[in-house]
Amino acid sequence: MELYTKTAHELHKMLVDKDVTSVEITESFIDRINEVEPKVDAFIATTFETALETASKADEKIQKGEEISALEGLPMALKDNMSTKGVATTSASKMLENYVPPYDATVVKILKENNIPILGKTNMDEFAMGSSTETSYFKKTKNPYDLQRIPGGSSGGSAASVSANEAVFALGSDTGGSIRQPASCCGVVGLKPTYGTVSRFGLFAFASSLDQIGPFAKDVTDAANIFNLISGHDSFDSTSINMEYPDYTSSLKADVKGLKIGVPQEFLGDGINVEVKNAILKACDNYKALGAEVETFSLPLTDYFIPIYYVICCAEASSNLARYDGVKYGYRADKFSDLTDLYKKTRSQGFGAEVKRRIMLGTYVLSSGYYDAYYKKAQQMRTIIRNNFADAFKKYDLILTPTAPTTAFKMGEKIDDPVQMYLADICTVVVNIAGLPGMSMPCGVDSEGLPIGMQLIGNSFAEPTIFRAGFAFEQAGFSKIPLPTFKNGGAN
Amino acid sequence: MEINIEYIANLARLDNPSTTEEANKLRKDMTEIIGMVDKMSEVDTTGVEPTNHAAPMQNVFRKDELKPSFARDEMLANAPESVAGCYSVPSAVEDA
Repeated sequence: MELYTKTAHELHKMLVDKDVTSVEITESFIDRINEVEPKVDAFIATTFETALETASKADEKIQKGEEISALEGLPMALKDNMSTKGVATTSASKMLENYVPPYDATVVKILKENNIPILGKTNMDEFAMGSSTETSYFKKTKNPYDLQRIPGGSSGGSAASVSANEAVFALGSDTGGSIRQPASCCGVVGLKPTYGTVSRFGLFAFASSLDQIGPFAKDVTDAANIFNLISGHDSFDSTSINMEYPDYTSSLKADVKGLKIGVPQEFLGDGINVEVKNAILKACDNYKALGAEVETFSLPLTDYFIPIYYVICCAEASSNLARYDGVKYGYRADKFSDLTDLYKKTRSQGFGAEVKRRIMLGTYVLSSGYYDAYYKKAQQMRTIIRNNFADAFKKYDLILTPTAPTTAFKMGEKIDDPVQMYLADICTVVVNIAGLPGMSMPCGVDSEGLPIGMQLIGNSFAEPTIFRAGFAFEQAGFSKIPLPTFKNGGAN
Repeated sequence: MEINIEYIANLARLDNPSTTEEANKLRKDMTEIIGMVDKMSEVDTTGVEPTNHAAPMQNVFRKDELKPSFARDEMLANAPESVAGCYSVPSAVEDA
């Protein structure tokens, strides 16, 4: 078996047993990237040289007999909206094509401290705005299960890189489903942690009250190890939660007896593809077979999740993206008549269509006369939704839903219809609105062989419950799906 | 409901769409999206407190002490244009 096919916990054991070196593992992934990247296009840039240097450092420690951490020496891929000192970080935008950050994001600092080789920066929707990675200024990433289909988005490059075995694991960011939906499309595990548990310092802000960094992994054990690594308090992020962070691997027990799982009937109705629905119903049966108590319930206001989400995220984005003005860093237009014209020309030329649409929408809902009807209204609805979830979690330990209403759709299918594209996030946005943790993991494939993801939603800080339920499902073999086939290549 | 694209674009510091076709597409998209979010008006939220943040927010205080910051040249390295250690922009105030 090639090294690149293994999970992080398998490779960690091999490193500790001195069966293999980190340099050998990293080289295996570099070869794999060189082999499949022409088909997948998961990366905007690769950083093989520094990855190998980092791998050597990990090897030195092992040779000296020093203890290594769970992910030390295991090569990963990083979404291109997290700052890497001295390495261009673009958010897949023309605006930041040549921007080289002078500092590392806190998560990157953690990766470096743990000698984790960074193989490269992964493709994404521009400024993380999209559900298909098609709005990237640079390239379109393909789904490893079918190269004519999207990998999901916005963290499509990170998801595809793990799915195609181009990295042991990856980090992405999730504002309305940008980790979970691509994880679902690409058949990997993706976790959007509780708001405030992973530092956002150095993550390019999209919608600050919703954004959260999280892992893509090959299995639940790896996801728990990655979350152990990146979670924790950071004084550089004022929303970072200062608490005792547990060892999340201690929750990896394959036992869900008596666990109460609620399934919102609204996410099994119209608008959910029938094959997806059947896979979720089967997952429910599987959980029952494992001893969990599973029942459907009504989660109110589901029709309003997407409207609330788009008002909040666009409003926050219009404010956050005001910083891109052609003065301090990033793109600047060539020709302009005065300072205001410099701003306008720079922003109009530097941003893509979807980013401009969301800035316009956010500006509109915050503008005089509309604030109460849209922004304040959405924030009030947010309160009601949080209360509804609080009620649901009095009855249930976990909520189970499809991650996305369909499997991966074809490239170009929704790019000209923003409302249809937004509905791809119907099952995921509410988790961000309420600040909850949610994890997507595979639970089957459709008749075309495309992965179907299920989403486990927990109460705030209930990642241990999510890991426990995910681990039990996985150990019973219910998440096992075929490997990607890279089919339908050459047609684009 | 008619969305004034020109007015919003100016607030957002974006140029007006350069062609009528582009302007029409943007107006159509925005009208559809606003139509979708208008659905919120169906729910009575009288007296409901707004939630700004998913996690309870509190002021975070720290000691006011000197810490190393970035070197000026390092920060200016990313500037599109700089002069004499400063960011350079077109003049914003007219000569007296």
